[in-house]
Amino acid sequence: MNTWIAIGATALGCYAVKLAGLLVPAGLLERPLVRRYAALLPVALLAALTAQQTFADGHALVLDARAAGLAAAVVALILRAPFLLVVAAAVVVTAGVRALGG
Amino acid sequence: MWQTCALSLLVFTGASQFALVGALAAGGNPLTAAAGAFFLGVRNAFYGLRLSQSLALPRAVRPFAAQWVIDETAAVSLAQTGRRAARIGFGVTGLTLYVLWNLTTLLGALGAEAIGDTDAWGLDAAGPAVFLALLAPMLKTTAERAVAGLAVVLGLGLLPVLPAGVPVLMAALAAPVVLYLEGRRRAGRTAGRVDTGEEER
Repeated sequence: MNTWIAIGATALGCYAVKLAGLLVPAGLLERPLVRRYAALLPVALLAALTAQQTFADGHALVLDARAAGLAAAVVALILRAPFLLVVAAAVVVTAGVRALGG
Repeated sequence: MWQTCALSLLVFTGASQFALVGALAAGGNPLTAAAGAFFLGVRNAFYGLRLSQSLALPRAVRPFAAQWVIDETAAVSLAQTGRRAARIGFGVTGLTLYVLWNLTTLLGALGAEAIGDTDAWGLDAAGPAVFLALLAPMLKTTAERAVAGLAVVLGLGLLPVLPAGVPVLMAALAAPVVLYLEGRRRAGRTAGRVDTGEEER
């Protein structure tokens, strides 16, 4: 039962914040400063998420095969590789490094 | 099993789901666990802020679209130019992810042990690689690069000391910090600290 309470609370809360973002009045968003913020916030969030998913293990920072995979993705991006190739490069290199015991 | 599936259907924001399950499995109080999961979901509000501009959805549609406002849909939609492409990106990403996420949740709940160790296949590197590929085109100006660099530093630096989900929110502070420094620079010469070169991490 407790689990259902937690699920319900999480579902409501997460839905509410998703909706809140969408419901901000359009007039407010016309203001240049607000536009600038709204454009830069996803950049900050995505950058932080990318870094965390690469270097985080719970609360600890680690340097493991994922970092090699990300480096491969960076190289692929610099070479202007198509999107799927970028992701594939990261996956293959990560698996390869792990297979070699990294 | 029903609880796992309900979580995917109703919450549909991966990080929050993992946090909730993790906290409950560790024997945490349900409301504390829900609060942690909630913090991880707060960033979706920021995505919504940006998406409501680029998608310009009718008011009546918004409550339905809201459930799909997540990292992946935001990243794909914002990478498009033009409203039509953004809407298509949002719709296609939202639908595919929602269907696949819930199907795979069901499969996982039915018996995941059969699959073995997904990490061995390097699949955990796909997530950050996708985010990186979507982020790269957004890093057009120095301001955006500075925001990304500072966000990486904040996100990683605060990770060991703050509860899960909070470091990413703190990393969002990179945006106001950089805008403030940019404003000062424009007002006159200033010795603002601007991080660059970290965005590829």
